[in-house]
Order: sequence, then structure tokens, then C-alpha cells
Amino acid sequence: MKRIQQSAAAFALLTLAAGGAWAAKADVTIGIQLEPPHLDPTSAAAGAIDQVLYSNVFEGLTRFGPDGSVGPGLAESWEISGDGTTYTFNLRPDVKFHDGTDFEATDVVFSLDRARAEDSQNAQKALFSGIKSVEAADPTTVVVTLNSPQGNFLFNMAWGDAVIVAPESIDDIKGNPVGTGAFRFSEWKRGDSITVVRNADYWGAAPALEQATFKFISEPTAAFSAMMAGDIDAFYSYPAPENLVQFEADPRFTVLAGNTEGETILAINNKMEPFGDVRVRKAVSMAIDRQAIIDGAMFGYGTPIGTHFAPHHPDYVDLTGNAPHDPEAARALLAEAGYPDGFETTLKLPPPSYARRGGEIIAAQLREIGIETEISNLEWAQWLEQVFRGYDYGLTIVSHTEPMDIGIYARPTYYFQYDNPEFQQLISDLSVENDPARRSAMLKEAQRTISEDYVNGFLFQLALTSVVDARLNGIWPDAPTQAVDLTGVSWTE
Amino acid sequence: MTEEALFRAALRSRNLVVGNLLAAAFAIGALLSLFWTPYDVTELAIATRLQAPSAIHWFGTDHFGRDILSMIMVGAQTSIAVAIVAVGIGMGVGVPLGLAAAARRGSLLDETIMRGNDLVFAFPSLLIAIMITTVFGPSALNAIIAIGIFNIPVFARLTRGAALPIWTRDYILSARVSGKGPVRISVEHILPNVTNLLIVQGTIQFSLGILAEAALSYVGLGVQPPTPSWGRMLADSQTLIAIAPHMAMFPGFAILLTVLGLNLAGDGLRDLLDPRIRNAPP
Repeated sequence: MKRIQQSAAAFALLTLAAGGAWAAKADVTIGIQLEPPHLDPTSAAAGAIDQVLYSNVFEGLTRFGPDGSVGPGLAESWEISGDGTTYTFNLRPDVKFHDGTDFEATDVVFSLDRARAEDSQNAQKALFSGIKSVEAADPTTVVVTLNSPQGNFLFNMAWGDAVIVAPESIDDIKGNPVGTGAFRFSEWKRGDSITVVRNADYWGAAPALEQATFKFISEPTAAFSAMMAGDIDAFYSYPAPENLVQFEADPRFTVLAGNTEGETILAINNKMEPFGDVRVRKAVSMAIDRQAIIDGAMFGYGTPIGTHFAPHHPDYVDLTGNAPHDPEAARALLAEAGYPDGFETTLKLPPPSYARRGGEIIAAQLREIGIETEISNLEWAQWLEQVFRGYDYGLTIVSHTEPMDIGIYARPTYYFQYDNPEFQQLISDLSVENDPARRSAMLKEAQRTISEDYVNGFLFQLALTSVVDARLNGIWPDAPTQAVDLTGVSWTE
Repeated sequence: MTEEALFRAALRSRNLVVGNLLAAAFAIGALLSLFWTPYDVTELAIATRLQAPSAIHWFGTDHFGRDILSMIMVGAQTSIAVAIVAVGIGMGVGVPLGLAAAARRGSLLDETIMRGNDLVFAFPSLLIAIMITTVFGPSALNAIIAIGIFNIPVFARLTRGAALPIWTRDYILSARVSGKGPVRISVEHILPNVTNLLIVQGTIQFSLGILAEAALSYVGLGVQPPTPSWGRMLADSQTLIAIAPHMAMFPGFAILLTVLGLNLAGDGLRDLLDPRIRNAPP
């Protein structure tokens, strides 16, 4: 009897201890779809790198807030000269890198010079192309001189590609990233997960979490089971919208539906016949029923767009009316262009479900106006080789997730090969324009131009759907950039 | 055995009857789908998607609102077509190779053919198929070729193995004495004597072909959309299994029953045709 009492007491103690540990939970496991190829955000385009490291491990002069606004980062404040070409950044004092070295103006000079160098591996070199010189005036002051005024320089400096790295740790950055952020890199289990731990010497407010693990799960079924089993506490950018209904109905979870910067388009090879004819492109656009694609491929998550611009941006113009769903009119346009019986083309689809499912729906919609598509499902590597670099495609579906990327339409060699000198002039004027009102007008003009040229079929703005444990707070619902910022994440007590 | 006796024996074999009925059901479905399906499989109806089986849609609808019964009927077409051509390739290339190897037993030709077969056999068949479709791009044609290629050694070995003992028979000797060349002997005397075995093996390879096609389509390397394929229907249903289990159930059963049917039929045929079993005491 006594023994039973003892063991009962021990059991009670055990459960108490377990309960106590649960209440003090300060670690989190977050599922993400893709594993980063390496851990240097300044030398690769892979969004997975920023998802793990942006703001957590690495910081820039400025940084994106949860709503996409640009605020101070490692630069406390800044002054802009009257002519708009000189930016003087006042850096935060007493900031240390994770390896103990001081963060100083020379690190900023090093980082920006490295990014804009001739042999730079930076994936977004255009962000730095306007810089004439970067100088350290004193340890906490950096002066950046631009070739000409640049309207979005502070925005550019907030990108993950513009984070500040240290010359002392640059050689090993791909496997052991050393930044200034609230978390320091701890462990990378290849093929499985990356762990970061709290940086005790962080200059800003200490994060609530002590440790965070990013687990790579690309398979929708595996993501579903991991979430349901509680193996992960949150899944950022959940891969299967069809499961969200179930998560919504389950009180253990919260589904966050937010905006991304991902304009999902039916890209048209503008140089491939018959797509050189604007009437054909317009017919393709008018054959598309956007709502059917959003419902069928994304289970209702997504906002229709009529141009290559994010609807949540203040300068967005709703141009969906330029190409209403009208198969009759589309057939008439095709006949006018000399294809009364339609034609055949290829539709090459990368792996994400928006493309694979959307592709089947679009193929059916195009068939209605006589365009027969030969669908091929490609892996990303094949897609990059055949479509993105090889221009060997008629149509494809892809989401462009970079923020404010309408400028890609000014690059005649970009994969959809749209070559319009007027548009190119407009974008180059825009890049040196500083006046907010004029910038806004030019952005609207740019949106109209590509919409009225029917460059691509503009489908919908990709929604960001994340599934999180209902007790977890602070995960960004929107994705102003590819980031899972953990600094404000905490568990409900 | 006379034809009538053979037929009666066939009817007595439960395996053969059940297997043939199952296989015939799918063959009829496939044939019917050439002319008619309850609904158009290329037409999407997003509004009526994921509907459970009902009087209107007997097998329910998929995530695009397509009728699953219609898709299974057309999918049977795909499966059967791929399997027939794949077995055809395997027999067309494998049988002559096997006959040649047997005719020149122990020669360099025999060694080359058989070691070549070993080489193909050494790789897991699906791995070869995935390799071929990755290199040459996913399509129905490449899937057929891929499945056909790993059928070749199966038939080559079987043919050689069955032909070797026949070559030692007296009537072959007399044929040789009367001046018939090895090609003529192979065609006139060897081939008719191994046909039974080939038919049995063909049935089994046929069901494996259907499975292989489903597997390739499941990983996205087989028939491309919008052509329905059982394997791809399964893949599509995977993330929806909790809300629309019927989407996985029907193509799953279609694969299961067809393969079961063909295997039963194969077993039944072997019992009926294989002289060793046929003449064995009960």
C-alpha cells in the first residue's frame, strides 16, 4: 500500500514537472517547404535562405515590418541630402556580431562593396547598381553616395540580399552564418532541419523564444501529418490549400491567410508565334476565368489581378476588367488574328500546386476557344533550363514572389521576352524619380501598359496560408518579403 | 485435349473465370469509353467538385468537378494501351532474342544476349523507367518504351529456357537432318511449343505493365494531363483523402481489381496450358 502511495506521489510529481515544462515552453518548430541550398542570403536567390535567416540571424540597414513598411534596422536613423543622392546612415552603437566582433561602419562598407562588386554573386545586383560610393565617416556613420537620385533606396536596403555581413566570418558564411540578429545559428541537419538559438547579447528587445527549429517538409501529405501530430508548431506557407478547411475547423490551429508579393501569371512567350500578335495574347487572357482558377487550384485563396502588381500596394490599379472572361470575344479575336480554328502550343508547369492544378484548368479554358495545349510537368531544374533560360515554351504558370518586380517587364531578355522601348524608358525614368506623387503616377502607368499589351495572362495574387498552433502568437500573416521573423513570436501563457 | 475439352476445363477453373470476368469488365469499360462516357473527362466544373458518389455521379467527382467514373473508363484505356504496347515490345524483341540464344547455345551470341539481359535485369525495373522518362521527358510514349524495355529480358530468358530442352528432341534432329536452318526450326518447331508459356507470362507482364504505368503516372512521369490515368488520379487524391476519400478509393480499386483479375487469369491459364501441370496427377 505504501509503495502504491509512493509511486502515486512520484507520478504526481512527474506530471507536475511535465506540466511546468509545458508552461515554460520557449522553443518552436516551424515547418517550411524547401531546404536552403546554403546559408548566405547575399549570394543566392533561394527564398528558403531568407525564410530562415532574415531578421532572425541577419539584419540590414533598414528592415521590412510585418506590413511591408520599411523601418530602421541596424541604422538607427538617416539623413538624405537635398539632391537625393547622399544618404547618411547613423548606425546603432554597441552592436555585436554573434562571434563577438563589433559591428561598425566598416562592416557596412564591406557588405555593400561586396554586393555591388564586379564579381559579386548577389542575386539582386540591381539593388546596388545605383551606388557610387560607400564610406565610413566614423565607426557609427556610413555615407552612401548614389549616381542619381533613387526613389526606393531605403526599400532596397531592407531586402534579404542587402543584409550586413562581417569580413571576419564571410569565408564560412554558407555553412555557419554569423550576423547581428536576435538569434544565432546553431545547427544544420542536412535534409532535415536548421536550429537557431537566442542571442543573449542582442542589441534590441530580447525575443521570447529561446530556440527555434525550421523543419523542411515539401510533401503536402507529410506536412499535414506533422501538423496534426503536433511534431511542428507552425507551417509557414502551407503547401496544400485543400487541407486548410480541416485546420480551420480544428480549434487547436489557426489558419493565417495573408498577402504575398507573388503575382501568379500565365507567362506567354511573346517572341514565339503566334503570341507575337497582341490579339492572340488578348484572346488567351480573355479565355481565362480567374475565379475558377482560384477556386479550383487554390480552394478560394487568392485575389484576382489584372496586371503585374500586388493588390495590397497603395499604387495598385484594378485592371482585371481589361480581360474579362469572355470565350466568345476571345474566339473572335483569334479569328481576326488569322486563327479561326485555334492553334497548338505547349504549357510547361513547375511543381507547385498552383501551377500544376492551375495548368489543368487553364488548359481546359483555352480548349474552349480552340487552343490546344500540350501539358508537361517539369521539376524546377528542368523548368529553369527549358523555360527560364531556354525560352523553349509557349505558355507557363509561375508566381513572381519578389516585391515590386514590375521592372522585369523592362528586360527584353527576360523569359517572356516582352520588348517595349516605351515601357523600358518608363521604368528607367521611374528608378531616378524621387517625388512620391510622380512615382505613384508612373507606377500606375506601368501597370496599365503591360495590362493593355496583354504581355501575360495575369491570374491572381498568391495568398500566403500558414497554419499555426492556436497558442502561438506573432507569426507574420503577410509576406512582404520571404521571411519567418521570429523576434515577435511567443507562446500564450 | 480437344478444343471442347479444353473449353470445359477452362470453365471449371475458378481462377480463370473470375480473372477473365474482371479483366473483361475493364476491357469493356475501356472500349465503351472510346465512343461514350457518362461525362466529358476534359470538361471541368469547379462548382460541383469533390462530390460524393450519387445517382448523378456514380463514383463522385474529383477536385475539378470531373466525373470519376468517366475518368476511370478512359483511364482503363490508357492503362490497357500502355500495357499492350509494353508487352508487345517485350515479346517482339525478347522472344527472337531468346530463340536466337537457344539456337546458338554456348556461342558468343548466346553469351552476349544473356549477359545483356542480366544487365537490364540488374536494375530495378521502375528505376530504369524513371531514368528513361527523366532523360527523355515525361510522356505516355516514353512510359511505354520504358516499361517495354524491362519486359525484354523477361521474355528472352523465358523463351531461351523453354527452347533449350526442345532443341534436344528427336524431331528437331530430324528437321536438322532434312536441311532446315536454325531460323526455320526456331520459327516452325520451337516457337509453337513455347507459345503456351509466352501467353501465361504475357498475362502476368500485362498486369505488371498496368502497375508500372500507374506508378509512373503517380510520380508524374507517365501520361500527362489532361489524359486521365489511374496513377495520377491517386496522386491527385492524396492530399484530399480526408475530405474526399472516394477520389482515392475508385482508382485504387480499379488498379487492384484489374491486376488481380489478370493474375488470376494468368494462373488459370498456366494450370490449363502448362503440360507439366496438366499431366500431373491430381
